[in-house]
Amino acid sequence: MKLIPFFVIIPLSCAFIITLFRNRLRFLPGLLCVFSTFLLLGLSIHTKGSLAEGVSFVYKVGNWMPPIGISLVIDGLSSFMLVVINLIAFVVALFSIEYMKRFTARWNFFALFLLMLGGTNAVVISGDLFNLFVFLELASISSAALVAFGTEHEEIEAAFKYLVMSVVGSLFVLLAIALLYSYTSTLNMADIAMSLQAGSAGILIPFVSVLFIMGFGLKAGLVPFHAWLPDTYTAAPTPVSALMSGVFTKSLGVYTLMRILFNVLGVTPQLSKILMVLGALSMVFAVTLAVGQWDFKRLLAYHSISQIGYVVMSIGLMTPLGILAGLFHLFNHSTFKSLLFLNAGAVEYAADTRDLNKLGGLRKKMPVTGNTSLVASMAISGIPPFNGFWSKLMIILACVQANAIGFAIWATLASILTLVSFAKLQKFAFFGALPEQLKNIKEVPLLMRLPMIVLALICTFGAVLLLSPVAGNFLQPAVRVLLDGQLYAFRVVEALR
Amino acid sequence: MSAYFLCLVLFAIGLYCVVRKRNIIKIIIGIMISEYAINLLFILFAYRKNGRAPLFSEGLEIKNMVDPLPQAVVSTAIVIGLAITVLTVAIALRIYEKYGTFDITRIRRLKG
Repeated sequence: MKLIPFFVIIPLSCAFIITLFRNRLRFLPGLLCVFSTFLLLGLSIHTKGSLAEGVSFVYKVGNWMPPIGISLVIDGLSSFMLVVINLIAFVVALFSIEYMKRFTARWNFFALFLLMLGGTNAVVISGDLFNLFVFLELASISSAALVAFGTEHEEIEAAFKYLVMSVVGSLFVLLAIALLYSYTSTLNMADIAMSLQAGSAGILIPFVSVLFIMGFGLKAGLVPFHAWLPDTYTAAPTPVSALMSGVFTKSLGVYTLMRILFNVLGVTPQLSKILMVLGALSMVFAVTLAVGQWDFKRLLAYHSISQIGYVVMSIGLMTPLGILAGLFHLFNHSTFKSLLFLNAGAVEYAADTRDLNKLGGLRKKMPVTGNTSLVASMAISGIPPFNGFWSKLMIILACVQANAIGFAIWATLASILTLVSFAKLQKFAFFGALPEQLKNIKEVPLLMRLPMIVLALICTFGAVLLLSPVAGNFLQPAVRVLLDGQLYAFRVVEALR
Repeated sequence: MSAYFLCLVLFAIGLYCVVRKRNIIKIIIGIMISEYAINLLFILFAYRKNGRAPLFSEGLEIKNMVDPLPQAVVSTAIVIGLAITVLTVAIALRIYEKYGTFDITRIRRLKG
């Protein structure tokens, strides 16, 4: 458990080494990136394995006792998120070695990639609000630079839009932090939870909660705040879109929102209603927009919003089954959506276009890409053996169980529309006739095929995570943290003793 | 009390600037204004009338010190704000190179 700070140290120091060497060793940036993400993946699985349920571990930075010093907190939820983040980051890093060969100044990409990963990891393990804000900004700034990486018209426009929106979001978060500080005189999350429990804060808590929902909702791309997301995902280099959709919106948006609302401020029935309505709104609204898209990546981007809607709605139910389903869907979505983005990247790499009208019949020429994308499409639209089916089924069951039949109907409707748009995607990109100009197309290199195969395997056998011995170690501790709400503070105090 | 209120007004002015203005440079200035408003608010929370600097030395009586933590926090927030400003200005320069204009209504390649 002494290894916790390495979740931040490894990516940051590797990013530093890459910038030190620049282009002098051509193979170094990619190799270092893959190596460090692999190390982080191992570390996160080790952390997950060695943490018992219902226990938090607190690392005191510089041996200062919290709440005076900075603390890093690991519990069921954050160790779950760390596994998700580092799994996707490793796979995407592997993919980007070959993919990024088209760009110049590749070392820049890998350094920014690791910087962003360091920020994301640190947000998840941070135990105090201001640290969370600082690392949130670190991740946002480096991701904005990554979106602008191509420096063409679209990339720059999207990066500007994204940067402005995300800064406004962070400003709301900072305002909320300032207001909370003025009431509790502390920035430590456990300490804030304790002092909010001790006295009645009146109107402050709902107000601050709404500010947090606005700020983190912007980062998560929930529907009223989603305008940046389709443009950003379309314009960014594909590994970045995969990482942002698989990891970024979840750890910076959904995780932070849940952590603060459930564990620090304490969630009320009204707030949970707000979360459910926001989730249902994004679920249906985004998927209707997705059906009409003809750009491969833009279609996926709208689905990203809609799937995040599922997660938020399901967690907003506040029942054990709802939270379990939401977290399971979060994991599933990060696997199949990253896989779909990698497929889009592979198609773009081979065919040099993302326009569905100009594609077709790629299945015969690119068997690995075609088949893995079929797996991912079936997983996202909820076709039985794949992981997406189980989580969607659980979400709908949880809605019925919590007496929210309306939400269950919305979820089913969104799922049908998802199926429609992915049937369209498969038909126009991978089935049908091969256009004349794509006759000489080739399958992508091995290093790009391997990550897709790994993710497709996870999508196929994802249901294993629901079997009781595995779920008891992987999902259940995370569910427990959210269910226990403000007991979080007592766990942290317990761990400090 | 009016000082807090004025900070929020300043924040709202900045947000108005971000939302309503068409010129990219004005949008960036709007971001900076609302950022400073929040920094100011945070500092005001820690302010005490006739308070003194939170320095401790031998023989000095501890009374009426201002709270030092927000000051440390705000100086970090200012640095973050600087990084954001630098990045937005750099992107704005690139936008001008590519599109030849700062008007966001004429920078519309992405649709859908």
